[in-house]
Amino acid sequence: MKRILLLCTVTALGACCAMPSQAQTLKAVKDRGSLVCGVSQGLPGFSNPDDRGNWTGLDVDFCRAVAAAVLGDSSKVKFTPLSAKDRFEPLKSGDIDVLSRNTTWTLSRDVSYGNFAGVMYYDGQGFMVRKALKVNSALELNGASVCTQTGTTTELNLADYFRANNMKYEVVAFGTADETVKAYESGRCDVFTTDVSQLYAEKLKLSNPGDHVILPEIISKEPLGPLVRHGDDQWFDVVKWTLFAMLNAEELGISSKNVDDAKKSTQPEIRRLLGVEGNFGEQLGLSKDWVAHIVKQVGNYGEVFDRNVGAGSKLAISRGLNRLWTKGGIQYAPPVR
Amino acid sequence: MNTYVAGDMRGAATPPPVPLRNDPAFRALLYQLALLAALLYFGYQFALNAQANLRAQGIGSGFGFLVNSAGFGVNQSLIPYNESDSYGRVFLVGLLNTLLVAGIGIALATLVGFLVGIARLSPNWLLARLAGAYVEIIRNLPLLFQILFWYLAVLGALPSPRQSISLRGGIFLNNRGLILPMPVPGNGAGYVVIALAIGVLATIALASFARRRQARTGRQFPLLGCAFLLVIGLPLATLLATGIPIRLQSPELRGFNFVGGLRLIPEFVALVLALTLYTGAFIAEIVRAGILAVPRGQTEAALALGLRRGLMLRLVVVPQALRVIVPPLTNQYLNLTKNSSLAIAIGYPDLFAVFAGTTLNQTGQAIEIIGITMAVYLAISLVTSAVMNWYNARIGAAERR
Repeated sequence: MKRILLLCTVTALGACCAMPSQAQTLKAVKDRGSLVCGVSQGLPGFSNPDDRGNWTGLDVDFCRAVAAAVLGDSSKVKFTPLSAKDRFEPLKSGDIDVLSRNTTWTLSRDVSYGNFAGVMYYDGQGFMVRKALKVNSALELNGASVCTQTGTTTELNLADYFRANNMKYEVVAFGTADETVKAYESGRCDVFTTDVSQLYAEKLKLSNPGDHVILPEIISKEPLGPLVRHGDDQWFDVVKWTLFAMLNAEELGISSKNVDDAKKSTQPEIRRLLGVEGNFGEQLGLSKDWVAHIVKQVGNYGEVFDRNVGAGSKLAISRGLNRLWTKGGIQYAPPVR
Repeated sequence: MNTYVAGDMRGAATPPPVPLRNDPAFRALLYQLALLAALLYFGYQFALNAQANLRAQGIGSGFGFLVNSAGFGVNQSLIPYNESDSYGRVFLVGLLNTLLVAGIGIALATLVGFLVGIARLSPNWLLARLAGAYVEIIRNLPLLFQILFWYLAVLGALPSPRQSISLRGGIFLNNRGLILPMPVPGNGAGYVVIALAIGVLATIALASFARRRQARTGRQFPLLGCAFLLVIGLPLATLLATGIPIRLQSPELRGFNFVGGLRLIPEFVALVLALTLYTGAFIAEIVRAGILAVPRGQTEAALALGLRRGLMLRLVVVPQALRVIVPPLTNQYLNLTKNSSLAIAIGYPDLFAVFAGTTLNQTGQAIEIIGITMAVYLAISLVTSAVMNWYNARIGAAERR
């Protein structure tokens, strides 16, 4: 229903006025004085309102980082919660500036919905089952009922996996993550499937997390990242380099605690990143000290990861693939020069 | 032709002809034309703009996506479907699921509505109050709430497959649904179907004959008994004669759930239950209003003519009540069909969920898919009202106006 409303608005807008500015997102955000960011409706670790109503999470902190880079103030973000099913239309229609909502980068989405600005989190799809079923491997799931969220790559991977392994299954697909988990918990399904990070997050929300187990198989590549609209290269660059800046900051050892001291560093790479040397911020259409704003107000990639999903959080997911390339992972950012 | 022309012919003082711009008929026509032109222009601009904006955003349009492979599973399908089938097939699966829920929902809601509506008028104090309480509670709670109630609170509380409630005759109930034995036709089952068809056709012919004979001679024909023999007796006799060629395939618990047999998924059951009870409450009020709308004098007159109670109801009260009942009843049927799109909340794969939901999300063809979906709901609704209008016109003839 939301979609139809939206569509009507889009077409109505289309009918009466010129299209919202195509290549002007950066200017629009600066004029408005705030960034509008599409996030999930509540996924611990990624985007979730805490008990005081503040949004927290990896995806949320990325939005804050973009706001810090563009506006110099990480608090100037308006969050728009979106379901998996309805997440792309608001981006296309210009209702949000960035979609930072644990969205998997795939070819067809890249073509039809927008540009992926990078990979915030390398994820993969897994399965959660009840311990009581005594299932040790996803290959023992023949004939099982599987709860999943509709409009996700998860739904497609699930179909592929069972087909490839010649197993039968029954899929029950729901509109939101909450409905899906509720159905799994009520016993409607034997299996709950989604990205592993999300499985950890949802497991915490179950009434007896200890009764459930996440199976070892990872059945897909799920690189999750933020998206921007097609046709605005300047804005695409800003969002892309915000992520790179967070990664580069971690790689160079710049954190929210030492960023002020780091400005005095003699290392050319650090000086360039923090805007002491060169005019890299200006090239992007931002201020000189854009990275300093990001790191000071939000943190580098490692800090953000630890705080939201890593060792410093309830989820306690290990960095795994998301370690920097210098530490055995695959997170790698091009240099600032 | 204007009236003053006639005045002209009567003679003497000819009033000056009204100028065209003051002619009310001409003016009315002019306004209508202007409005039509404005509407057409608006529509044209709308289409043009939408097209231009789609192109500007680089969104391809067209219906080519319908033949692409869908790649996702659907948990209830009336036609064979698997993940490698096309989006077009997904559309059909969703459409049939919507029609199934709407069809069964309409039939059951009508039944519930008539029973409760009549019960509310019953002289039995308890029955009337119970029916009243049902109507007041059910129609005043949001439908989505009721769907979730049946799905999560009632059906969700059923035991898991391994602790299924076993009913008689190989029927099982658990949180995966209601599992029934599946009738599998064997050799000679076709004869039973043929016998049933013969029985039905013969009954129709007999009814027509009986009506004509009664009109001619006034003698009544024991139609009910004959119809019962033909429709039920004949196929049953054939069934026995061919040695009962229908086998029941019993479901058995294997692995995670029952294998074999026929399964009604809980999403379907919850949706049908909620839609039936909700719409039934509204229909009950419509039925009550319809019956109360027949003046008491009609009943008294019919009884005074010596009609028995059953005949009085069938020939006098019901036809007049139906005239009041049918138009608002049509509204309820349309509501039920459209409300079935709430299925998405509980994962029932209806048209809205699998086509306007999943397919739209996978393909991004918003304009086309929303267009098709709107056209389908519109078509279903228009067909429903056409049928009901026809029925209304037919029963409306009872009163010669």
